[in-house]
Amino acid sequence: MLQDQDRIFTNLYGFHSPDLDAARKRGAWDETKFLVDQGRDWIIDEMKKSNLRGRGGAGFPTGLKWSFMPKQNDGRPHYLVVNADESEPGTCKDREIMRHDPHLLVEGCLLACVAMGAHAAYIYLRGEYVAERVALQRAIDEAYEAGLIGKDNVHGYPFDCYLAHGAGAYICGEETALLESLEGKKGMPRLKPPFPANMGLWGCPTTVNNVESIAVAGTILRRGGAWFAGLGRPNNHGTKLFCVSGHVNKPCNVEEEMGIPFRELIDKHCGGIRGGWDNLLAVIPGGSSVPMVPADQIADAPMDFDTLRGLGSGLGTAAVIVMDKSTDVIRAIARISYFYKHESCGQCTPCREGTGWMWRVVSRMAEGRAQKREIDMLLEVTKQVEGHTICALGDAAAWPIQGLIRHFRPEIEKRIDDYAANPHTDPVRVAAE
Amino acid sequence: MAVRRLAPDAVQPKSFAFTPETEAWLVEQVRKYPEGRQASAVIPLLWRVQKDCGNWLPQKAIEAVAERLAMPYIRVFEVATFYTMFNLEPVGKYFVQMCGTTPCQLRGSDTIKKVLERRVGAQSTVTADGLFSWLEVECLGACCNAPMVQINDDYYEDLTEANFEKLLDDLAAGREPKLGSQEGRTSSEPTDNVRTLQDPALYDGSRVGAWKKRFEEEAARKAAESEAAAKAEGEAASAAKEAAVEPKPGKPDSGRATETPVADAPAQRAAAGERPVDPGARVAASEEGTRKTVDADAVAEEEEVAARLAGLPKDASAEDKANAVGERPAGLEAPRGGAADDLKAIIGIGPANEKKLNELGIFHFDQIAGWARPQVRWVGTYLAFPGRIDRENWVEQARALADRDKTS
Repeated sequence: MLQDQDRIFTNLYGFHSPDLDAARKRGAWDETKFLVDQGRDWIIDEMKKSNLRGRGGAGFPTGLKWSFMPKQNDGRPHYLVVNADESEPGTCKDREIMRHDPHLLVEGCLLACVAMGAHAAYIYLRGEYVAERVALQRAIDEAYEAGLIGKDNVHGYPFDCYLAHGAGAYICGEETALLESLEGKKGMPRLKPPFPANMGLWGCPTTVNNVESIAVAGTILRRGGAWFAGLGRPNNHGTKLFCVSGHVNKPCNVEEEMGIPFRELIDKHCGGIRGGWDNLLAVIPGGSSVPMVPADQIADAPMDFDTLRGLGSGLGTAAVIVMDKSTDVIRAIARISYFYKHESCGQCTPCREGTGWMWRVVSRMAEGRAQKREIDMLLEVTKQVEGHTICALGDAAAWPIQGLIRHFRPEIEKRIDDYAANPHTDPVRVAAE
Repeated sequence: MAVRRLAPDAVQPKSFAFTPETEAWLVEQVRKYPEGRQASAVIPLLWRVQKDCGNWLPQKAIEAVAERLAMPYIRVFEVATFYTMFNLEPVGKYFVQMCGTTPCQLRGSDTIKKVLERRVGAQSTVTADGLFSWLEVECLGACCNAPMVQINDDYYEDLTEANFEKLLDDLAAGREPKLGSQEGRTSSEPTDNVRTLQDPALYDGSRVGAWKKRFEEEAARKAAESEAAAKAEGEAASAAKEAAVEPKPGKPDSGRATETPVADAPAQRAAAGERPVDPGARVAASEEGTRKTVDADAVAEEEEVAARLAGLPKDASAEDKANAVGERPAGLEAPRGGAADDLKAIIGIGPANEKKLNELGIFHFDQIAGWARPQVRWVGTYLAFPGRIDRENWVEQARALADRDKTS
């Protein structure tokens, strides 16, 4: 198990005060000027050495992303945008950072801005997080009052941090949709290229990072990229916040080392699977967008990007959704399909029409009111949606269904047979959860 | 997506005016954004106006927001109908948003839904006393505390049928219920099982500043080194004077951070007891996973290629561009045995591309089958088909065709 002294989010559960004095005692804002003075190249270099992969889902190396910002200023301002639009079903980690350890985030914003020659950061928070908005704004105000940030601050680097918010659209977690929303428009993703590093917020060079990726920056720079890279497994370094929900005895957020085996994660922190390990059916290991993994494959798998990719799934945001054998797995996926149908922005036809189509078919299958040939037809449609849209929402809608068919086709067929033997208008059965 | 329309005319108020508090607050908000970008404040302003109007947005209010921010009406209507937190019709005094997405569903949101259906009625209808209305919404991001609801601005978590009934009773009676977890959790810690963050040294400030040691040691080592270098240089200089030759230049890298070895190199993997390079596993992984999973590497590569290309002059030749992103595959002078394979058998290669590949000295399937990432990037950029080789999977196709030729 990870040692307490190697944990970055020391107030994850809010047992201590989130305010500036307490945060300073926990090590935030500790001689930040020394780090700022090391300069832009040193910060990027140290982040690259840490091998930190972005914590927002795609796992793109953070140091590399920062280095894409233009080195020479062509007169346009540079911006850092922090993606705090945490809406991926299963994910609730950034919320804890923002309400309990907000100073780590504000300090990380300053350091990231130094690394990319930006003097302003916008934190785009999801609209529903009202209490988190208040907490984060309070931390920003405290930092301004203490002269830690602002036009004329103790670090000698002019820097402003602004809090903006959305109003309940999952798609605004996609980086270009987020920028559109921040500009006051509908959150419809933009075509890439141009990439935000060249043409982002208001046409200026912009980098969009997840809250967790930014909030770990201060600690990484203090303790060194080599320290962070020394944790975890090759190509999957450092620590990670895991959000475990669903059928475990004690659902929780916990910071653990990357690559911790699934069994250890559940047994140590979550009090085991509800009804014991034999009762485990399947796990969605990285938020609703990734395909599920059946029990026998996940039980002893290390939780990291590469292993889970090898299992035909992904680590995503490390939102682990556990399903035991009482789960109506078809209905669970049908609900995820409804989510994507609801959240599709409607810009690309395959996604706008496809998500609704897939939801209707999977819902019928959850009742058994379908024909077996429709399973392959559904699979075919998911392939037609996947990869044919501007952003990844189409893919994200397709993958859970592909995962369901890959691992639970007999279950769907059985449901269809049961219904054919006893056709009626009521739903075939109500989930036992 | 969901179709959302404005409330019928019958319920729309005839007029709307900003409150002085909102006006003052708006000035602060607009100041966050650069000159002329006041439209960025539209979402916060609509949200604030919604609060002022009893938690919903009348048409007149939306129009007033548009005028205030110098935006066309349609742009603000678009925003108001796109974002689901804007209520376009009146809601109850307590507007219950129930999360029904899978993580909450697994923990029993169906029970919560039944309670709401029984006590409040159908979705989006306000009770006769005007106190309650409810809506099933998508993930509210409190999955470790599922099932949960948001009532107006507040989250109520860890619900059961009993404590949710009590919560509704409290609200109906005008009592203030407890926020957050209804089961006594502080936030999202594991109930009675917190095994982490127990070390008191984390909180008493004793670790503050400890990290500086690393830099001090480094600086001391550097100082010693540069002293030694200066000494050596001094000696060399004195020797040089005597020998009348140029003195040695100072170390070019003095004063910079020293490199530490990369964390993941084959040598280190071997030291950790893993197989340094496992080609079998990689092929299997790429076949199983690449097309079907979140392919972060592909995105990473695409962005890297785009970034590298952006650094080149606009008139760079195809070959220069290709050289910037990859490595030219080795070519043959002429086809082996005088007979080239029919590269057009690979889906995606037509006569034009076959000709270009032949010009590069690519004549056989096994040559294409041998491409690694640098070669794929090079050829993709050279042919101006970024990403297409991967989409059409030329390398796999070539491998299959080469195998077929071998066995036939």
